[in-house]
Amino acid sequence: MKLITVKRELSSPLLRFAAPFISVLVALFVAGFLLLAAGVNPAQAYLEMLQESLGSTYGLSETLVKTTPLIFASLGVSLAFRMQIWNIGAEGQIYMGACGATGVALFSGIENHAVMITAMFLAAFLLGGLWAGVAGVLRARWQVNEVIVTLLMNYIAILGVDYLIYGPWKDPKGFNFPLTAQFSDAARLTEFFDTRFHSGFFLALFCALIMYLFMERTVWGYEIKVIGSNPKAARYAGMRTGLAIFAVLFLSGAMAGIAGFGEVAGLQHRLQHGISPGYGYTAIIIAWLAKRSAIGVVIVSFLMGVLLVGGDSLQLSWQLPVAFVYAFQGLILFFLLASDCFMHNRLKLVRGERHV
Amino acid sequence: MFEILLDATVRAGTPILFATLGAIINERAGIINLGIEGLMLIGALAGFAATQASGSLLLGVLAAFVAAMLAGSIHGFITVQLRGNQIVSGLALTMFGIGITALFGRSMVGLTIAGFERVAIPGLSKLPVIGKPFFNQDLLIYFSFLLVVVISLFFYRPRWGLALRTVGENPAAADTCGVPVILARFMAVTIGSGIVGIGGAYLSLATTPMWIENMTAGRGWIAVALVIFASWSSYRALAGAYLFGGITAMQLRFQAMGTTVSVHILQMMPYFFTILVLVISTIRLQKGASQQPENLGQPYDREDRK
Repeated sequence: MKLITVKRELSSPLLRFAAPFISVLVALFVAGFLLLAAGVNPAQAYLEMLQESLGSTYGLSETLVKTTPLIFASLGVSLAFRMQIWNIGAEGQIYMGACGATGVALFSGIENHAVMITAMFLAAFLLGGLWAGVAGVLRARWQVNEVIVTLLMNYIAILGVDYLIYGPWKDPKGFNFPLTAQFSDAARLTEFFDTRFHSGFFLALFCALIMYLFMERTVWGYEIKVIGSNPKAARYAGMRTGLAIFAVLFLSGAMAGIAGFGEVAGLQHRLQHGISPGYGYTAIIIAWLAKRSAIGVVIVSFLMGVLLVGGDSLQLSWQLPVAFVYAFQGLILFFLLASDCFMHNRLKLVRGERHV
Repeated sequence: MFEILLDATVRAGTPILFATLGAIINERAGIINLGIEGLMLIGALAGFAATQASGSLLLGVLAAFVAAMLAGSIHGFITVQLRGNQIVSGLALTMFGIGITALFGRSMVGLTIAGFERVAIPGLSKLPVIGKPFFNQDLLIYFSFLLVVVISLFFYRPRWGLALRTVGENPAAADTCGVPVILARFMAVTIGSGIVGIGGAYLSLATTPMWIENMTAGRGWIAVALVIFASWSSYRALAGAYLFGGITAMQLRFQAMGTTVSVHILQMMPYFFTILVLVISTIRLQKGASQQPENLGQPYDREDRK
């Protein structure tokens, strides 16, 4: 007897739509055993996660606060994924975006709110874009592996921000804590309902809409898909693949940079250590779960927002480490990959050796 | 002075060396493994926990190997049997490793063990300059020397070593010759992952005999880049790992000397140089004959065979 996989003719659209959600559920189920092993009651923990993230106005506002950077960064990562370019460096690009926005907020001396916010936005866009653009140039010019370059540049970006906030940008009145001075009111996004929920969320939705139109309705969006699925055909059709690789990585990094802008302008109002607790890595999972669709990114980002806020509450009540959420995310990806396989294949038990 | 620096180089390079060797075994069979960082963490925690419980360093190393092997088998199953995306599965493995070690490492924080001690090799350790740095070290370092030679011989001498390489180069041809492609790839991923785990254990059993959350700090990713620098050869992996050990040692030396350069800038150096070396070795590979396994990153399905 032998277990083999047999190709399916067609998988139902319903199954394809449901697969990411099923993967999340199965991952939660398996993670339950991990929690159990670590001495935490999983049913109680999951209930608490839901209550904390969705059960109150405050909880919901916190979930949306975390959804915001996730949408920006995941849109960027998905754009690159569409072209089979792996931008694993969203985390560093968020830091660089935050860094650019902070530089403008602290040192430009602009007093007009709209001008200030626009300038901060552009600085974040540019710096995030250029940070990823380095990997773009290396990949386009010499086929240097962009996975490794973008990832290693995360460490450099985070250390670079540390250098600034422990050194030249440190708030002189900050009792020697590693953070910059607070931004002036001109450099802050509007907050609503007495919560930390800020207008960055609407900007994120707007960006998702732009990205959807760009990907589905423009020639460039189409070219990106073609280059991704068949680079040879793209070259024969006269598409400039090298330029496209750079442009896509630049835009991808710029989107992550905007996430950094949102975090400093909308939330922290200063640059500090750990400005992103791994949003850039979560964005990779979101992009994959959402199958690189802009609308999907918004839905899955909210789902991950729930997971992150819930995870934070577990950290307080059960003393679980923050990084535990990564174990969840890893499991979700494993099950999603497995479900992709079962989407196109059936398992079948056969007798004896299989003959081809 | 030079001796001390060389000694620190070898000690800092050894965890990266194990990780690079493990990654090379994966990639020789055609499977990209981006889970190295997570596997190192799993090895570090398992090694520390086993030694802490049993008092035996040998059991610690064994536990690190087995734990990383088991975790690696998830990647193996998804990429080899299910033909899932290798890049995404590897990233998932890294995240899983970071998360699960943070969770189960909670109770290990603050505990200490007696780590590996130096054992001088009679005669050799008396050699000038290289004697102390290379032959007055701990047993794991000697084991890494042995592993470099064994892995290199394995890929070129025995039938099944050659078979494993063929599986990475041209799995359809290997299949035709009766090599069990799926099994060979799966074994390469799991055993390679186990060796990566020993690299992690070196950190928690020798470098600093304790468990610190996320103690690998990107060394796994440096190893992934070094595979390309090493052009899939274990001897060149040794050179690459020591190159980065050297940069780390130098960086620490500068810090100890109390330079005015910021600690954060110094800490960037290993990552910065890894990118530089990656770019140079990629360009160099393209100019000469590429050593990259022909079928790297491609799933194998007998039904797609042409």
